[in-house]
Amino acid sequence: MNMLQVSVWRGAAAGEYRTYEVPRYESQSVLDVVTYIQRSIDPTLSYRFACRVGMCGACAMTVNGVARWTCRTHVAKVAEGNAIQIAPLANLPLVKDLVADMREFFDKWARARGQFVPSATRKDAFARVAADSRARAAVEAGIECIGCGVCYASCDVVSWNADYLGPAALNRAWTLVNDERDGARAERLRAVAGDAGCHACHTHLACSERCPKKIEPTRSIAGLKRAVAMAALRGEL
Amino acid sequence: MKNDLRARNHPSWWAFLVHRLSGLALSLFLPFHFWALGQAFQGEARLDTLLRWTEQPLVKFAEVLLIVLLAAHLSGGLRLLALEFLPWRGWQKSLLAWAAGLALAAGLAFALAL
Ligand code: SF4
Ligand code: SF4
Ligand code: FES
Repeated sequence: MNMLQVSVWRGAAAGEYRTYEVPRYESQSVLDVVTYIQRSIDPTLSYRFACRVGMCGACAMTVNGVARWTCRTHVAKVAEGNAIQIAPLANLPLVKDLVADMREFFDKWARARGQFVPSATRKDAFARVAADSRARAAVEAGIECIGCGVCYASCDVVSWNADYLGPAALNRAWTLVNDERDGARAERLRAVAGDAGCHACHTHLACSERCPKKIEPTRSIAGLKRAVAMAALRGEL
Repeated sequence: MKNDLRARNHPSWWAFLVHRLSGLALSLFLPFHFWALGQAFQGEARLDTLLRWTEQPLVKFAEVLLIVLLAAHLSGGLRLLALEFLPWRGWQKSLLAWAAGLALAAGLAFALAL
């Protein structure tokens, strides 16, 4: 039988790669490989997944050096010969094995004012948002984020500046800046401006290159830069 | 965990590297450039000696390299401005190709005109 040589990160920050032999099948995902190891070779292996169909964002790992959603990454696409290396996501503290600690990642969504702030009450009529407006199109481009952290793990600026809010949180902020029902535009723009926010982005486009949902956070961040500049000129910040 | 080059191996990251390195190299060259111009204050002869020195093939070659660096830094900067200020239209790769093409064309034009 054709066997895969899978080298997997084991332990916490001071761990090491260990190699496992996994039978190779057609149409096998990287998550299938990790699951095989845990069920048939070493039950102490920790990893995370939920939906297995690319909806929950839980299964992201570093596969042969590149951050990917493992449930929808085919072995055939990434294996180099019969070898695969699987590591936890970069730029995040490590809990154990393939489980990265996502707390900081999601805390930054909150810091970027990623919460919708209603400007109307339940007694008001429904808001009518024109589907073809420019703002709605901007929301559309960024709204399908599944919070997988692939962009965050791929961003050099996150590695260089621990405070940087990162592509996903800024993309979230941008969808809200364009939400005409939202009532916290000025505070949000203030929260995402400056050295830890949109202005730190170097337009490396790594996030846009790697996002499995084909979202382009760089586009959202460029939008934020312009929105912040306009608001500053108008004296709204 | 830290990323290595495998994570960075995509066109836009290489564009970033070229932009950063050309910028550093140009800023290192700038003092020499001003010093060379300053030689004119010391009289015509001084400047002429220097200009004759720059006629050597190796120095000429370095000049072409300098032109390419300058053009790369310029077109790379224009690319960034277009990405950040113009409406987004999924043209990242074409912009990059234009920037690279422009830099090489400038270098070639200079080399041929020599
Ligand atoms: S475009 Fe900005 S946010 Fe995206 S990877 Fe590059 S530096 Fe990070
Ligand atoms: S923007 Fe893309 S890569 Fe980043 S968290 Fe959302 S889905 Fe994942
Ligand atoms: S397991 Fe839900 S996205 Fe992969």
